[in-house]
Amino acid sequence: MFSFTVRSFFQKLVTLFFISIISFLVVYLAPGEPSQIDPLNPKFTVEDLQRFRQEFNLDKPLHEQYYLYYKNLFTGQLKSWKDNQPVLGKIYERFKNSLWLFIVGTLITWCLSFPVGIHAAINRGSVFDRTSTFFAYVLISIPSFFFAYILIIFVVKTFNISVIGMQTFGMSGADSIYQIMDRVWHLVIPSILGALGGIALLSRYVRAQMLEVIHQDYIRTARAKGLSEDQVYYKHGFRNALLPFVTMFGLILPGLIGGSVIIESIFAWPGMGRMGYEAILARDYPIILTINFMAAVLVLIGTFISDLLYMVVDPRIRL
Amino acid sequence: MSNSEAILKIKDLKVYFDTDAGVVKSVDGVDLEIKKGTTLGLVGESGCGKSVTCLSIPRLIESPPGRIAGGEIIYKGKNLLELSEKDMQGIRGNDISMIFQEPMTSLNPVFTIGDQIQEVIMLHQHKTSAEARELTLRILKKVGIPSPEIRIDDYPHQMSGGMKQRVIIAMALSCSPDLLIADEPTTALDVTIQVQILDLMRSLQDELGMSILLVTHDLGVVASMASHVAIMYASKIVEYGPVEQIFSNPGHPYTLGLFTSIPVVGRGKRDLYVIPGNVPDPLAFPRGCKFWPRCVFAEDICRSQEPFLENIGEGHTAACHFRGKIDKHLWKEKTNTGSFLNISR
Repeated sequence: MFSFTVRSFFQKLVTLFFISIISFLVVYLAPGEPSQIDPLNPKFTVEDLQRFRQEFNLDKPLHEQYYLYYKNLFTGQLKSWKDNQPVLGKIYERFKNSLWLFIVGTLITWCLSFPVGIHAAINRGSVFDRTSTFFAYVLISIPSFFFAYILIIFVVKTFNISVIGMQTFGMSGADSIYQIMDRVWHLVIPSILGALGGIALLSRYVRAQMLEVIHQDYIRTARAKGLSEDQVYYKHGFRNALLPFVTMFGLILPGLIGGSVIIESIFAWPGMGRMGYEAILARDYPIILTINFMAAVLVLIGTFISDLLYMVVDPRIRL
Repeated sequence: MSNSEAILKIKDLKVYFDTDAGVVKSVDGVDLEIKKGTTLGLVGESGCGKSVTCLSIPRLIESPPGRIAGGEIIYKGKNLLELSEKDMQGIRGNDISMIFQEPMTSLNPVFTIGDQIQEVIMLHQHKTSAEARELTLRILKKVGIPSPEIRIDDYPHQMSGGMKQRVIIAMALSCSPDLLIADEPTTALDVTIQVQILDLMRSLQDELGMSILLVTHDLGVVASMASHVAIMYASKIVEYGPVEQIFSNPGHPYTLGLFTSIPVVGRGKRDLYVIPGNVPDPLAFPRGCKFWPRCVFAEDICRSQEPFLENIGEGHTAACHFRGKIDKHLWKEKTNTGSFLNISR
């Protein structure tokens, strides 16, 4: 186990190195560069352009740019080209905001998908099963921004609560209870919308997995022992149905960054996804690259965690 | 023999499966009786309804698509089909236990074998987990698991097939059941392991005095284990009787065919006898006797009328229009099988 952990850690470091090269190249392969912005502007002289290129190291060979970029990233000196603010500081601010959305959204997704999927599998063909299947397909087929607008209209009109942004302005004088409730409302609506698609997909996976498990021989053995149906399903079935989701659990971490671009944009939520999207539009390479790099790190951490979790839940895997 | 001795009586059991293609009558009017402390061998080809009969006794038929369409299963005077699900749970694993065909997949891969055995003991005997572990160790030792103190914390994948079957037997016997249903317990195992498992079952039966319903398609196993035999063909019992009678004087052409198709060492390199034809499709059983398309004795009456089980000897019944008239000598002439098999107990 210890040797696996160490080995896996170093393997992931090597992977990360290659990812850093590829993600760097991908950004540079994309057409356009920041110095090209508005070349028709009369105030934008050739000298200015040269100065910009020099300042952003764009005139240097690629491998040198690569070196300089990652050196600056690790020493914390990397700055956004747009506003000259330190990249890590900017990302940290946004990360805090995204984290809330991510945690609440993930909790909603996982806490709802499992009961719905399991119940549908156990009562296969029942009204509940068919209804949940129908709604799952509705949620998968219709994009979340559509529901987002409907829900915004509904909540704002019915409850007179604003849900755009992270909080309502001009609440600083109000009681703390009102301030907290205001925050909760602003958080819950986008979280639910972000979770909807996930619930639809995940509950289908859970249902399929559970259906497969409950037809296994050991489930029949469990029944033959005289266990009640609940014990059969939730003790003997669920533990086995859970195994594939350990992998998925590791892969939800990257959702922190890219998972909610649309929702963050609709709700004007100052999160990481939106920042990444805006950085791409502005060709702000340091931000794009740093977010790419962080996404890669999160994927690797996620797979590492799921490897470890697998060892805990599946006795057949001892690494 | 008097009925009071019977621990289990199955009367006219019908188990149907509703499929898209139609109603499959897997078990269609089966009568069986198991006497206390004895073993009944249930023999037949794959798909004849043996396993479904077994699973219907503790009501483990998956429903839907399966349903018990009729009949009675009388266990110690109670009709199991009328019990509530909760009462049934108290009987399963406690009074009536099962051993399954597939030891490889019948244990839950994510729990230790100790946990899985203790679970039954704690469920039915209301013991603390320490007491249950103690009992588990004892029963593991009894079924011949070497160094049970260590193996009790093993997971199923750490054991061989034979060991797993021992664990399943341990699990089935942990609450000293009165009836053990063994559904082809040795089919998936090596021949050497088969002998060990059968020996184990026999010695445990002597010790605990339980009755066994042994399902198999191996007549050799029946000869060494059972006191009575029921031959099943196409959802029905076609011959039933004490093992000596069936082996010395088979009364149904299907039974004769089964005996003849066993390879015998020393009979030379002749082709093995095969019962002609295939098991009929349960959705389209032939009219009349279900065996007539494959039967060398078939005549007009067989194609129109279905025979019922009737006496041909002391406690020996067969469902054939020619019961009593055919025997192994006639069979030999008719099928050109010179050397008829002799199995001695």
